[in-house]
Amino acid sequence: MPSVYLDNNATTPVLPEVFEAMRPYFLESFGNASSLYERGRRARYAVESARHAVAHLLGAAPAEIIFNSGGSEGDNHAIFGIVSPGDHVITSVIEHHAVLAACKRLEAVGATVTYLQVDSRGQVNPEDVRAALRPNTRLISVMMANNETGVVQPLEEIGQIAAEADVWFHTDAVQALGKLPVDVNRIKCDLLSISGHKLHAPQGTGALYVRRGTPIQPLILGGPQEHNKRAGTENLPGIVGLGKAAELACKWLADGGAERMAKLRDDFERFMSEHLGRIQIHGLGVPRTPNTSDISFDGISGASLMFALDERGVSVSTGSACASGSGHPPYVLLAMGLKRDQAQAAVRFSLGKQTFKEEMDYVQTYLIAEVTKLRRLSPVWNNRRKKKSLSASAQELIALA
Amino acid sequence: MYSSLVLEHFKNPRNSGELPGANAVALVENPVCGDTLELSLRVEDQSILEARFRAKGCVPTIACASQLTEMIQGAALMDALKISRESIIESLGGIPEGSLHAVQLSLDALHSALKSLPMLNVDLKEIHGRTWA
Repeated sequence: MPSVYLDNNATTPVLPEVFEAMRPYFLESFGNASSLYERGRRARYAVESARHAVAHLLGAAPAEIIFNSGGSEGDNHAIFGIVSPGDHVITSVIEHHAVLAACKRLEAVGATVTYLQVDSRGQVNPEDVRAALRPNTRLISVMMANNETGVVQPLEEIGQIAAEADVWFHTDAVQALGKLPVDVNRIKCDLLSISGHKLHAPQGTGALYVRRGTPIQPLILGGPQEHNKRAGTENLPGIVGLGKAAELACKWLADGGAERMAKLRDDFERFMSEHLGRIQIHGLGVPRTPNTSDISFDGISGASLMFALDERGVSVSTGSACASGSGHPPYVLLAMGLKRDQAQAAVRFSLGKQTFKEEMDYVQTYLIAEVTKLRRLSPVWNNRRKKKSLSASAQELIALA
Repeated sequence: MYSSLVLEHFKNPRNSGELPGANAVALVENPVCGDTLELSLRVEDQSILEARFRAKGCVPTIACASQLTEMIQGAALMDALKISRESIIESLGGIPEGSLHAVQLSLDALHSALKSLPMLNVDLKEIHGRTWA
């Protein structure tokens, strides 16, 4: 049975070139980049080369890159490193849990937070950001691209509002980096979080961009690493891997990789729309990351579809409470105005650089078969309407169920 | 995460569909996760002659409903009423702790369908005590 991985928004495989770049730094080229002897200097050189590569991908200066353990740390650092009790923060209801949890903690220690709603397409209205500003607003934190839907926020407008109001602006770019061009000067952000394992680098790697002059306090105290902004011996192999992944992402974007990926995704969505009735593609019509397709299939549970596809060797994700194990409802889709049943009928397909057309063809075939089988089993699916909407080719596919 | 029996019932549900001629039908929903189960029974002479189910929900919801219909089809009413959560769980080779709502949903559907029968003069609480978890 084939194995098709379509959950790249959860994590990505390390690319072979990234692994090969890292390998020597586990073995013969190990070292502590803070040591002054030859081995340490070589380690330092490797770290700084990686820093240049990450900076280049962001349009930043190398000195503005702080290596860390990933997106959650970067989000926490950006928020706790800037905001104090008594300050006000503006964020959105669809942020990653790391931002939302950090904001909840801030509220417990005397800061105030405004959580902006999104519209039905999943976007924040920049005028809502402007309207929420207060004299004590210290930080705006709005993500670049959402992990569930791939929807991209209007960051240039928000960055402009932040600059005019003299408020620090952070964006969680974890899902966007490497899939879309990111330029910290175009969006005028002061802080930006990235995560290596969303970029085909290892888990446990990442970085926080900090614009020169931003008064950020360290989150992790101790040694003087990362210009006294983030203590801890540098994860040498991990940083090298992140740097290599950043370099490869630059090339992929320059070679039209995002456009090719978007076409694969768009072709998939078009096929689904033509062969299955009553599906909702979330974020259709607004800018999205090119790899993400979040679709609600009326009449069924996303969790059951996820497992049905798993039995066919296809890995996808769903936000439904049963499948996540968290008991939390899929809050991003609910924030977009979906009813609970629609939100729990959603499955997310997130392609990767390693996804190719034949894999999507396989997924399409079995997706139609499994959705149809689950709809037949469902007491809330209207069978009469279903018969009208199926094409001849779709009926052939159903026979596979 | 799921036993092979649970996955087997999920992939190949038994007794699925509607039941023409059913005289005891229930449609129950778990308000937390939205899992929905319809159970249709044909009951005669104090026995469940036929049982069918339709479900929208997670893997355990479908598996428990499928297994329940196997357990009750052909069974005497009093035996069907005595089916416990534990017997369903055991017959499926175990259900994860976080999915026990699926077992309860199946039993709720069964009790709800049977309560609608006029011939049933039994207090369900006498058999199971409190039926909600």
